[in-house]
Amino acid sequence: MIIASKKPIEEIIQEVKDYKRLLILGCNECVTVCEAGGKKEVEVLASALRMHFIKEGHEKKIDERTLERQCDHEYLEEIRDIVDNYDAILSLACGVGVQFTAEKYHSTPLLPGVNTCFLGANEQRGMWTERCQACGSCVLARTGGICPISRCAKRVMNGPCGGSGKGKCEINKELDCAWQLIIDRLRDLGRLDDYEIVAPIKDWSTERSGGPRKVVREDVQV
Amino acid sequence: MSLRTLEELKASGELKTSSRLEAVLKMGHIAVTSECGPPRGSDPKAVTEKAALIKNHVDAINTTDNQTAVTRMCSLAACIHVKQMGLEPVLQMVTRDRNRIALQSDLLGAASFDINTMLCLSGDHQSFGDCKQGQNVHDLDSMQLIQTVRRMRDDGKFLGGDDIKRPPKIFVGAAANPFADPFEIRVPRLAKKIACGAEFIQTQCIYNLDKFEEWMRRVRERGLHEKVFIMAGMTPMKSAGMAKYMKNRVPGMDVPDEVIARIAGVPKEKQAQEGIDICVEAIQRLKEVEGVSGFHIMAIEWEEKVPEIVERSGLYPRPQI
Repeated sequence: MIIASKKPIEEIIQEVKDYKRLLILGCNECVTVCEAGGKKEVEVLASALRMHFIKEGHEKKIDERTLERQCDHEYLEEIRDIVDNYDAILSLACGVGVQFTAEKYHSTPLLPGVNTCFLGANEQRGMWTERCQACGSCVLARTGGICPISRCAKRVMNGPCGGSGKGKCEINKELDCAWQLIIDRLRDLGRLDDYEIVAPIKDWSTERSGGPRKVVREDVQV
Repeated sequence: MSLRTLEELKASGELKTSSRLEAVLKMGHIAVTSECGPPRGSDPKAVTEKAALIKNHVDAINTTDNQTAVTRMCSLAACIHVKQMGLEPVLQMVTRDRNRIALQSDLLGAASFDINTMLCLSGDHQSFGDCKQGQNVHDLDSMQLIQTVRRMRDDGKFLGGDDIKRPPKIFVGAAANPFADPFEIRVPRLAKKIACGAEFIQTQCIYNLDKFEEWMRRVRERGLHEKVFIMAGMTPMKSAGMAKYMKNRVPGMDVPDEVIARIAGVPKEKQAQEGIDICVEAIQRLKEVEGVSGFHIMAIEWEEKVPEIVERSGLYPRPQI
């Protein structure tokens, strides 16, 4: 899923301070699971902002709403009737949701309430870690199911680099060396000989480098 | 190995480039290289003065590429200064800062100055340097850079497939760290670099001689020492403080406690000399190890000590080519 983290409240206050009527819009998907932008976080943020602005002596209307998804036309339509009641929307969805909402409600200012971080997993309660950079051309079959692009600080395709020590990365002793993990897994799978297969020069045109991407499935289009 | 003459080598067609390092190694000499770290400024003297200190005692001089990710004069420019002194530079290139367009372009630029030896590296992570907020590139990794150079040289082709007019004739090296983890793949990793086209290896600084010799034993077991020239990396320590720093702070470094104890066991003013002695003794021991083809002496900001180390190690004079 997409992992996001809450923006500092001071930054949000700066973003919203000039708007009198504000809708805080949560999303019930990834940001709910990673506890950054679901119904619960919308409530907490709304209360905090109300308290702040009351204390400052500013009168503000701050409403709450959480959609099933902000990355889907269908659910975004649910707020069409009320959008004009607000001077701005503070979206707690990922960057995708913020932009899709902005595209749909062209004349309403849209502000992000979270920082969108990465594609990751819920490793343990309160900790999410990166697993994928959406390079558009998956190499996991060759790397024991562990991604060197998202998990190696140098995205080395033929690792480990010389900075791997005691299973950890040179940049941070708490960070697992992806190539140590790959080698351990290849060994456990009885495939350590595969380590010596040289990974070919990667075609990065399917990742960010190739420009904004699009997936079209004519078979499912209506 | 018995020594061969340059004429024999040329006649046999074994020389792929005009690299002096290639010739020295293929003639069967124990080669000696050293390095010049380019300055954090634009004064060419910072390079040429260092190179002048070591020029009679080494076969070639590496110029490092923004080492430890700290911004410096570019490696290629430093190589050109060394070349213009009539010396033999080794262009170090890391894949951290440049994509495949820039790497290939710099290779052509190097070859245009007849810089014909290079070392392919991935480079320290930018978080160690002065631009922690910068991006890293890593379009290619070090092995893929080796493949790129060999393709450009041997096939005369760019990565995109087009022909190169006057392909770069570059003797290609790679680094190896016998001490990084996991140890079990250190030799397979070397095999992989050789499969990619590496012709010589300069290793990480060696302080743990036993572990290095064990690595070499495994290298010989697979016959890899016959496929690549291995140059043992040596860095003399200036002080016990430096030894501890190397052990604890430099990624991928293995400094045994005995080495630290030995250098710390002499008075401060004698520690530098002790560091030189340790280095010379290590070279003398490793010279006898089958498969060690040379030494890469990285005397960091201590280039003036290279002549003493080379002479006392019995590696002087250098062959004339």
